[in-house]
Amino acid sequence: MEKKSEPRLHGVMAEFRSPQELVAAIRKSREAGYIRMDAYTPYPVEAVTDALDLHHTKLPLLTLAGAVFGAVAVFGLAYWCSAINYPLNIGGRPLNSWPAFIPATFEGAVFHGGLAAGIGMLLLNGLPRPHHPVFNVKRFVEHASKDGYFLVLESGEAGFDAAAARTFLSALGPIEVNEVENE
Amino acid sequence: MSTTFDEPRAADPIAQAPVLAPGHSPGTVTEAIAGLVTRKVAKTPKWWLLGFAVSFGLLNVLLFAVTKLFMTGIGVWGNNIPVGWAWDITSFVWWIGIGHAGTLISAILLLLRQSWRNSINRFAEAMTIFAVSCAGMYPILHLGRPWLPYWLLPIPGTLMAWPNFRSPLIWDVFAVSTYATISLVFWYVGMIPDLATLRDHSTSRVARLIYGSAALGWRGSARHWANYEAAALLLAGLSTPLVLSVHSIVSFDFSIGIVPGWHTTVFPPYFVAGAVFAGFAMVLTLVLPLRPLFGLKDFITDRHLQNMAKVMLTTGLIVAYGYGIEAFAAWYSGNPYEWYMMKNRVTGPYALQYGLLLLCNIVVPQLLWIKKVRSNVWALWTIAMVINLGMWLERFVIIVVSLSRDFVPSNWAMFHATRYDVMTFAGTIGLFLTLTFLFVRFLPTLNMYEMRSLTPEAASTPHEE
Repeated sequence: MEKKSEPRLHGVMAEFRSPQELVAAIRKSREAGYIRMDAYTPYPVEAVTDALDLHHTKLPLLTLAGAVFGAVAVFGLAYWCSAINYPLNIGGRPLNSWPAFIPATFEGAVFHGGLAAGIGMLLLNGLPRPHHPVFNVKRFVEHASKDGYFLVLESGEAGFDAAAARTFLSALGPIEVNEVENE
Repeated sequence: MSTTFDEPRAADPIAQAPVLAPGHSPGTVTEAIAGLVTRKVAKTPKWWLLGFAVSFGLLNVLLFAVTKLFMTGIGVWGNNIPVGWAWDITSFVWWIGIGHAGTLISAILLLLRQSWRNSINRFAEAMTIFAVSCAGMYPILHLGRPWLPYWLLPIPGTLMAWPNFRSPLIWDVFAVSTYATISLVFWYVGMIPDLATLRDHSTSRVARLIYGSAALGWRGSARHWANYEAAALLLAGLSTPLVLSVHSIVSFDFSIGIVPGWHTTVFPPYFVAGAVFAGFAMVLTLVLPLRPLFGLKDFITDRHLQNMAKVMLTTGLIVAYGYGIEAFAAWYSGNPYEWYMMKNRVTGPYALQYGLLLLCNIVVPQLLWIKKVRSNVWALWTIAMVINLGMWLERFVIIVVSLSRDFVPSNWAMFHATRYDVMTFAGTIGLFLTLTFLFVRFLPTLNMYEMRSLTPEAASTPHEE
């Protein structure tokens, strides 16, 4: 069929019975030379993260940047309002009464850090994205968010051959192997 | 050790009291929890309809009380000089405190890797948001000119003035608005994978569309989970100091003032402990009836109830210590106004409220030392209700009793609540319960993806370094 020509194919998907089988399949795929792949689990499985080597996330850095921005912005605001724009001399007390500015500064740091963590997670994950090729597979929709463990060998790497990937995954003892179409 | 590794030790507390009943797999957990939400409208249980109707009725009491307040003014409440803060601020502090248990359960227990929290955290986080919604309303209602709350924010305008960043009341604005926002982010981020489950589990097209939009296209990819888990930890790490700061700042509203009974350094830790104490009482108040009604005994097990009772007992003791230090500091200060404040609490016109507060918050919770009491749901529920009342009284005693008798006897006056005070408070309970009923019907009450990771299938996954 014309649809199964390579650019139209997102990849080849295999479903496994347990996280253990999924991890074993990831390792074997790596050994067989597959590079572009993704796994789908109904809950975070640390061994899968390890096997795919996904421990490096930019999120902590993004959160720190958000928190620092928030702290600087709120302290700056408090300083500018109280010492520059509208200075009030109350019994000669210092205009830059920085200890009194700390509570609002802290809240500003948490506010912007928290938003950076939440929104940053979505952006790094490419969400919101209402549709994705993997949803074309019926069993994926039925089981991925419930009790299914899926591995997708993705097309797009040099020399990717769907038929060979299919044969390779079938040999790993999956429940089902499906081709994931882009359309 | 002579124990063999082949069989679990008999004394293993986990084996004795599981956090998830045996025999569950990721599939059955999902069916049980998602089924509560995705069942047909006609299958909505009778108790839900009844409970929702009563709560919604109470919510309308709030609408009436607030309308009256806006049309007439603050005078419809019993607040007057010298008691300018009364039921409004008492209830504000009470609601904020209740919210804190939610953050404690979701953030601090996550950082401490207490997996027993997995089944109650979603519910507790929802409770946080609903309680903060109730709390946030009071300061604005209390303004007297409720159309001017934006004066509290640093907005440039024709006013040409800025809020006073040295005032604890402005710190409060920053603290409570940050708390509400970050709690909402934490709750929503935590719900995204479960919303995806509901999207895939729903049969109705409308439900798929709504849950699907809210799930933002979540597909459970390993790349997603890696960032997601980092986000959960970061949000927990931010929420933990946040929750401590919020109630500390709320306590600054009082302790920065000079009124005897307010001006004390013990307030921040003692307010935070009291908040957790009251919050866990509220979680139990709601979870205990929900457990049999929704058939959640497999997920919210006796171990959860035991643990929550122990947290209440511990924080209750910290609160009792706070009361002790308050009295001791009043005497030890050698300040006649401070010492009079303490004598007035014990023997003055509000002695009944103070006595009840000691009974509710110190005496009754001691029953939780007894294991039989901790395992009896009726006893536990009653004690939780007593603590809810006691913690409201605590804030009432601190706020109203201190204000009613300050330095100069000619300035003294009693506070008398009006029916609008009562209606406003009852109305916020209505708001809280209405939101809770909507939540348990339309959103996943328990965290499905975390419950799946508690199943034996998931627990046996090998770790590799």
